[in-house]
Amino acid sequence: MSETAAQANTVVTHVNLAEEFENSGVAEILTELDRELVGLKPVKQRIREIAALLIVERARKSMGLAHDTPTLHMSFTGNPGTGKTTVALKMAGLLHRLGYVRKGHLVSVTRDDLVGQYIGHTAPKTKDVLKRALGGVLFIDEAYYLYRPDNERDYGQEAIEILLQVMENNRDDLVVILAGYADRMDKFFTSNPGFRSRIAHHIDFPDYEDGELLSIAGNMLGSQNYMFDDAAAKAFAEYITMRRSQPHFANARSIRNALDRARLRQANRLFESATGPVDAKALSTISEVDIRKSRVFSGGLDDPMGPGRPRS
Amino acid sequence: MRITQGCFSFLPDLTDTQITAQVEYCLSRGWAVGIEYTDDPHPRNTYWSMFGHPMFDLKDAKGVMMELDECRKAHPDHYIRLNAFDSTRGWETVMMSFIVNRPKIEPELDMTRTDIKGRSQRYSWKPVSR
Repeated sequence: MSETAAQANTVVTHVNLAEEFENSGVAEILTELDRELVGLKPVKQRIREIAALLIVERARKSMGLAHDTPTLHMSFTGNPGTGKTTVALKMAGLLHRLGYVRKGHLVSVTRDDLVGQYIGHTAPKTKDVLKRALGGVLFIDEAYYLYRPDNERDYGQEAIEILLQVMENNRDDLVVILAGYADRMDKFFTSNPGFRSRIAHHIDFPDYEDGELLSIAGNMLGSQNYMFDDAAAKAFAEYITMRRSQPHFANARSIRNALDRARLRQANRLFESATGPVDAKALSTISEVDIRKSRVFSGGLDDPMGPGRPRS
Repeated sequence: MRITQGCFSFLPDLTDTQITAQVEYCLSRGWAVGIEYTDDPHPRNTYWSMFGHPMFDLKDAKGVMMELDECRKAHPDHYIRLNAFDSTRGWETVMMSFIVNRPKIEPELDMTRTDIKGRSQRYSWKPVSR
């Protein structure tokens, strides 16, 4: 209370935007974003623009110029494994630093958390989730499942109505981020025009390029204290190219699964081939054979469930 | 007659800003806040009716305030209190409880004395609206 009064009394005439940018801790989050996330140029660009808008809004507010809380609800569209959830988490931190959400936590939900199973079950369930998300960011993954056009008695519609109401009335209290695959989200928005008009930022997540996926793989291994030797890196680059053309390719997620399986094979190889004690280097190096053994190279689909499972 | 029970009941009624600040404190201690209402101010009436479920996992007081507004809309002329429950093992109890809404005219408590065996007397209270 007293803070706003003080702000009204002291007339601010100049605002150093660069300084504001540094002081708010936004710069820190943006560099973190650059460092930790490979690629995603359009996404980073868009986030930088949103951050700029928010900083300018805040500066305007401190000078007493007319300002309006900007609508910050967003939709993230993109293929699986393109980093939507990760970016949403960063977004929550960013909005918190800028003071647009009070607590800056992320509540991640899917249809099951919002829609009830019988009449009268949906509203309390949705409200409960919304209450938990207040002061932070509500991330609705695969949001298009909320709306089932084939079943007109589906309770999803009820959840949508409550969501829309809160998105409109409690704009200061929470930011809603909808995420999902691009084509289905488009269909979802056409059948729910209310959503489209309440969402200011539609951000599209592009697929990763092969080189980007390779450096993502490097980062993943690095964080687990593993590494490729030269031949393995080359083999993995080939693996990425081949895997992309096969069904169920899920960008970074496929890479993570492939690495998990490579670690499995490496452990097996060490067991079978080791004659004496092994050193740390051997334990942390993934070599070419570990990659080449993958079914992807023999033309078959790499089994997502791991080896030994019957494929349907 | 103004009933006094729970925290802050000898203070003037809390404003919504003050209630928000108290709820914020409860949430910062990890307590779950529940809303209860009743029309019977009798001191022995400890079990008030719950309004909705107790709210676990909340991060921000706004969620409680929204629910409280709804409760006030549904029961404007009732007593409403907030209970903060600590689920930590070893405590598992209400840590804080305070009244956030009162009827416009509060009922009075009428005391009656009844003579029983010998020179003993029994006291009882009954709310009466005047």
